Amino acid sequence: MDIKVTVNGTTHHLDVPDNTLLVDVLRERLGLTGTHVGCDTSQCGACVVHMDGTAVKSCTVLAGQADGAGVTTIEGIGRPDDLHPMQAAFRENHALQCGFCTPGMIMSAIDMVQKSEGRLDEAAVRDGLEGNLCRCTGYHNIVKAVLSAQDSM
Amino acid sequence: MYQFNYHKPSTLTEATSRMVEAEEGAYLSGGMTLIPTLKQRLAAPSDVIDLSGLPGMSGISIDGDIVSIGAMTRHAEVAASDAIPALAELAGGIGDAHVRNRGTLGGSIANSDPAADYPAAIVALDSTVRTSIGPIAGGDFFTGLFETALREGEIVTSVDFRIPDAAAYEKFPNPASRYAVVGVMVARCGDAVCVGVTGAGPHAFRATALEEALAADFSPGAVDGVAVDSSDFNADIHASAEYRAHLVGVLTKRAVARIG
Repeated sequence: MDIKVTVNGTTHHLDVPDNTLLVDVLRERLGLTGTHVGCDTSQCGACVVHMDGTAVKSCTVLAGQADGAGVTTIEGIGRPDDLHPMQAAFRENHALQCGFCTPGMIMSAIDMVQKSEGRLDEAAVRDGLEGNLCRCTGYHNIVKAVLSAQDSM
Repeated sequence: MYQFNYHKPSTLTEATSRMVEAEEGAYLSGGMTLIPTLKQRLAAPSDVIDLSGLPGMSGISIDGDIVSIGAMTRHAEVAASDAIPALAELAGGIGDAHVRNRGTLGGSIANSDPAADYPAAIVALDSTVRTSIGPIAGGDFFTGLFETALREGEIVTSVDFRIPDAAAYEKFPNPASRYAVVGVMVARCGDAVCVGVTGAGPHAFRATALEEALAADFSPGAVDGVAVDSSDFNADIHASAEYRAHLVGVLTKRAVARIG
């Protein structure tokens, strides 16, 4: 199956098996291993990317469904010397321990802040991160980071 | 995942033809149930037919007292709509944000998961499910565990809901999955009261004994003393059939109290 997908601004034409997942396109074909596979059962959110501007679990999207779409991954939002405000907020607030869930957390949080009408409060942030699991259980600082980033985004 | 052939048809006719021609076809809507099922190798369709390329299948429109929602409309869009607030609240409580960004109304009801949220609204509100073949009354749509009145190859295209005078949805969510252990939608239309229940039985249904009690006296107290028959209710590690029957009463009371 031939697909065309634009990832972090670069368009790729790829021939992939029909049962390929978007996350495998990103990690295996394009080498973008910042997007993680945690549970592989659509629950943990480590694989969250933006597809046409909306946060999705890339382990639960077929490559065919992403044909023609624009995808943004954690690699596409900032650089080590020029962090995205959400990345900077995670660093400032010590919002990561092992870091495995962090790419998904950050991509979810950016979408949440961009879509929120008015100011997010703690309850809204916790509700919005319902689909992202941190097994270090570092939620407190993650919530602090998201609340902090909404002022700088 | 097992191998399958992926198709993205651009017309309803092409989609149904693909299904008829397939050795074992599966329609793909948002994929929030089907894709995890495929990944766990609990299903092995020869052909997956993605409905996202069909035109005119998404969006919310209002004509008089009828709200029409396209089958491919994502939960997040329904949650953000003020057309029927109780329906928006229901949609906003499905799964998590990412599930709501992908999952669709049509996919949810065509699957007839006994713990899905939307089926409570399909049976509680005066609804009509529109398909590639013709209309199906909402009350006739769910026929069994993961079974609906859809015929072979039939595709849900939209659902019409009549706007109720007042409605509320109350759910006791499974804390991990957010599926409804039990969910109850109570709706008032004139003198009629409809109580739609999901999560409790093999498929969504109307609790007629509760409806009669509430039609006579629309107050939480009217629910007391109404027996909920749990003989065919679901029982699993999360809740016994008796507990689910108890929840039906409690959630109905909460919904009635909110409507006031």
